[in-house]
Amino acid sequence: MKVVHSWIRDLAALPDDVEAISFTLSDIGLAVESVDKVGATVAGVITARVIKTERHPDAAKVHRVFLDNGDGTEHHVWCGAFNMQPGDIIPWATPGTVMPDGRLIETKPIVGIPSEGMCCSARELGLGDDHGGIFIMDPSTPIGVPYGQALGLVEEIVYDIDVLRNRPDAYGQVGVARDLAARFNVPFTLNNPTLVVSGPSKSASVDIVAGDRCARFTTIIISGIRIAPSPDWMVSRLAASGMRSINNVVDVSNYVMLETNQPNHAYDFATLGGGGFKIRLAADGETMITLDGVERALTTDDLLICDANDRPIGIAGIMGGQNTEISDSTNTIALETAWFEPVGIMQSVARLNLHTEASARNERGMDPFGIDQSIARFVELLCLTCPDLVVHEGMVDARSSSIPTPTVIAVRPTSVSALLGASFTAEQIRSLIEPIGFGCATSGESLAVTVPSWRPDCTLEIDIVEEVARHFGYDKLGKTVPKSTQPGGLSVVQQRRRRVREILLGLGFNEAMPHPFLTDGDLQNSGLPGEAVRLMNPLVVGDDVLRTSLRPGLLKAIAFNESHRRSGVSFFEVGHVYPTSTDVLPAEYESLGVVIAGAEAPQAVSVWRELAGSMGWGARLDQSNVPAGLHPTRSATLSVGKDAVGFVGEIHPDVLDAYGITQRVAVLELNLSRLLEVEPKVSQWKATSRYPSSDIDLAFTVPTSVTAEKIEKSLRQSAGALLVDLALFDVYRSKDAGDSRSLAFRLRLQAHDRTLTDADVAAVRDKCIAGANKLGAQLR
Amino acid sequence: MISEITSARTAAEQSIAAASTLDEIRILDTDLLGKKSPLALLKTGLGKLITVDEKKAAGQALNEAMLAVEKVLNARRVLLSRAEREVQLAAEALDLTEHFNAPGRGKAHIVTQAWQRLEDVFVGLGFQVAEGPEVETDWYNFEALNMPPSHPARSMHDTFYVDHGQPGSTVLRTHTSPVQIRVMQNVAPPIYMIMPGRVFRNETTDATHLAVFHQIEGLVIDRGITLTDLAGTIEAFTQAFFGPGFTSRLRPSYFPFTEPSAEFDIRTPKGDWLELGGCGMVHPNVLRAGGLDPEEWSGFAFGFGIDRMAKERHGVGDVREMYTNDIRFIEQF
Repeated sequence: MKVVHSWIRDLAALPDDVEAISFTLSDIGLAVESVDKVGATVAGVITARVIKTERHPDAAKVHRVFLDNGDGTEHHVWCGAFNMQPGDIIPWATPGTVMPDGRLIETKPIVGIPSEGMCCSARELGLGDDHGGIFIMDPSTPIGVPYGQALGLVEEIVYDIDVLRNRPDAYGQVGVARDLAARFNVPFTLNNPTLVVSGPSKSASVDIVAGDRCARFTTIIISGIRIAPSPDWMVSRLAASGMRSINNVVDVSNYVMLETNQPNHAYDFATLGGGGFKIRLAADGETMITLDGVERALTTDDLLICDANDRPIGIAGIMGGQNTEISDSTNTIALETAWFEPVGIMQSVARLNLHTEASARNERGMDPFGIDQSIARFVELLCLTCPDLVVHEGMVDARSSSIPTPTVIAVRPTSVSALLGASFTAEQIRSLIEPIGFGCATSGESLAVTVPSWRPDCTLEIDIVEEVARHFGYDKLGKTVPKSTQPGGLSVVQQRRRRVREILLGLGFNEAMPHPFLTDGDLQNSGLPGEAVRLMNPLVVGDDVLRTSLRPGLLKAIAFNESHRRSGVSFFEVGHVYPTSTDVLPAEYESLGVVIAGAEAPQAVSVWRELAGSMGWGARLDQSNVPAGLHPTRSATLSVGKDAVGFVGEIHPDVLDAYGITQRVAVLELNLSRLLEVEPKVSQWKATSRYPSSDIDLAFTVPTSVTAEKIEKSLRQSAGALLVDLALFDVYRSKDAGDSRSLAFRLRLQAHDRTLTDADVAAVRDKCIAGANKLGAQLR
Repeated sequence: MISEITSARTAAEQSIAAASTLDEIRILDTDLLGKKSPLALLKTGLGKLITVDEKKAAGQALNEAMLAVEKVLNARRVLLSRAEREVQLAAEALDLTEHFNAPGRGKAHIVTQAWQRLEDVFVGLGFQVAEGPEVETDWYNFEALNMPPSHPARSMHDTFYVDHGQPGSTVLRTHTSPVQIRVMQNVAPPIYMIMPGRVFRNETTDATHLAVFHQIEGLVIDRGITLTDLAGTIEAFTQAFFGPGFTSRLRPSYFPFTEPSAEFDIRTPKGDWLELGGCGMVHPNVLRAGGLDPEEWSGFAFGFGIDRMAKERHGVGDVREMYTNDIRFIEQF
């Protein structure tokens, strides 16, 4: 919303201090995004008449323009736009001019012929967006004068403010001026002229059918209209507000809306069918062509303004239709000023995706009782260009029962003080909010606060608390620190999660954060089931799957890096996955994914072991149960009881192919939500022996069907209490060993009370071999 | 006998002086002081001497000779071992700048780094950390936060709707605020909590906007909590997180779930202002949705983006870079 400095200073006796106003606007919650100068003229650009234009055989893209600026000399300019005719008046940037974009205009030759400056487009001068050709000025424009002077440009300072949802009034210059005047403690004056009704009775009838959507609809007939240009000051204020001048009627309509915040619509009374209005909901599938020439398909939720013959002539509160538009021959208008229920407007705006200045105001909630003042102001301003204006008797003011009634709120000074942390008396509250239109009456301990009709956002005591704080000044309230009686800290789960991260970082893994949205192709490529929770309105078509596993994202990260010549990268991710569920919400949980490019399954198992050892996690490696997408003979489910807490192994070569990954990828995926619940065991002290230890190396030929884990378990059992350490240190698969491989273990034996004898060691060795033999393992 | 001893001693001392390696010293140790050394052999000949005086004199001379030889030998050993160690040390010389890129510690994502730094600062200020689901019900994400179905502020949130349950009932949370409600429902006040987490907005990404990003939110609910407590807490955070030269201010703003609402800005020691986040007193309707009586309890909430903290700290030009998982990006931090 553009607040015009000169305009608000017409309404309130504010200081001519841009910095102070800008700071104060932000300080009362009307955040200033930028302060701009609009209508500033570019020095050195003067008006000139085109004498003639000429093509040159060696310069196809430009032509020669000969200009007369009244100094008696013919000036020559090369120009790339061809829209001017001899006799046209154009803005001419003379050599030495610095354009708003910083370009210095110099005398430059083309095919050896110098060009004295440049002809300007409207956009180049900051006069709008038109860059289709050179700006052709009014034929009556004098030549040789600054173009700004010729155009009657007035420099305006504009504050571009961010209007919050709870401040519908701040869409008008009046609302902003009132708020500022209160803070600056200066008088504020509403332009509230008396409406002089002088013409014979003439009315446009009003039939409000949809009373719950339209609470007030006023019409007044104004004749004696002469379509003419608007005064310069009005044109420049409209321009400063981002609106183009059309003609005096349209301009006054816009100007009144910008000032009072009340949208209105002027219909050509001659073309108004049946001479009246009917406000009703659209029929499903009903269409109408709006002012912008677009045919709109409507639903029964859209509110229409129709003429008395039931022909749609506007979408209520949003945009008028083409059929009753003001034309140059318009003599009599029917001026509509109405109040529409804001939520309905908002929903139509969203459905039709049709945002207008009027809808922006109507969807936030207008002042139902500001209408009369805005009509008077409309007439007052139109009289400036239509001296013969006649306002007719017979204004129609149709109201429905849904018209808002004034809100009165009981405000307790004690509550205000308790929430703001500073003491406020009823009198102080009154002095802060009365200047912005709130009525205050004492009612026992409380104040009975009447909310002004332009502040529909205020319905609760807390809303008044905010107004008090806003006008007192947040910064003046001071700063205190609450006394927390509880200790700060991370929960045990959060501490454990940090530990998992630390371990993985220590192991050299980098943390990735892939996007949580996948496509069906991702599920397919990763071998994941197609069942997933989906987005109804994805940002990118097809990117609608909420991930059920971290694997696809991590594989994409590996593929991306491999394609950028970074093989062998390893990543981990801690993130949520969202499997389907029949509960209120999907079965969301936190997952941990680790991928190691260029590594084989055992490396992932090592990572699992490291984590499990540090975190007190335990699980069975079940190689008989490998989910799709993982290497079927090199992966395992990590099972606790009947539940899977994760998977470990390698990515299936088909999946690698699908992602274009040429390295093996070891993978570990864990249900972190579940595992972080596990309380790590606190390691208990074991006395170290003072006696020497003895090592036994045992290498077995073991059938493929017998796992190393089984042999290890058997050895552990056989070695008994003397065993202090057991490790697999070699695996050897010889080509002629058939369906078996060699596994070599090292056992360290030690007693707490004596040095072990050879006989002790031999006994353990024999027992271990015998145990392994029972499993089908043969000593090598 | 004495002359034999003297000449043996002289010969021994000469051979020690001639030794140039520790190996030679080791051999000489045996040859000169061992059982079969000339001096040892002379000792066995002591018995053949006739007079006690002769024996005594020769014995004393022998002992002196052996001690002297041993001393010379040890001195020579020390000298040679020192020399040998010198040679070894010289030979082992390494250029420590001959450095290979050995695998090192991994790098945490910069958002995680910022996240944990923020958590640590708030923990120091007496806050605990709460979490909640990323897929939320419309009720927790909007309705409980004073945004009933037709509330205009909903259009400020570009919401991703999730096809789960009744149409429109499930969303990707657009902010971390639903965790406020879950905390109020599950934790009896006083509540001093922060709620970091991933949030989602259905908007086109650019250098400063992401559809998936991270927020941290704070919630304090206790008896007698005031707007000045909010301002003071923001100030304490500002100084703890950014440094002692930084200050903060609140500007009026609007959020449906807080009132009075404010934006909070941080002022750098150089005097620049940067807009950080939104905050306000928890709206009575929100307290009620969380099962608390607004006449008994009051509180404040604040929130801001974590990604932006990471972006500003490391000068990342384009936030989208943070999510490419390009190892060349990750390794930088």
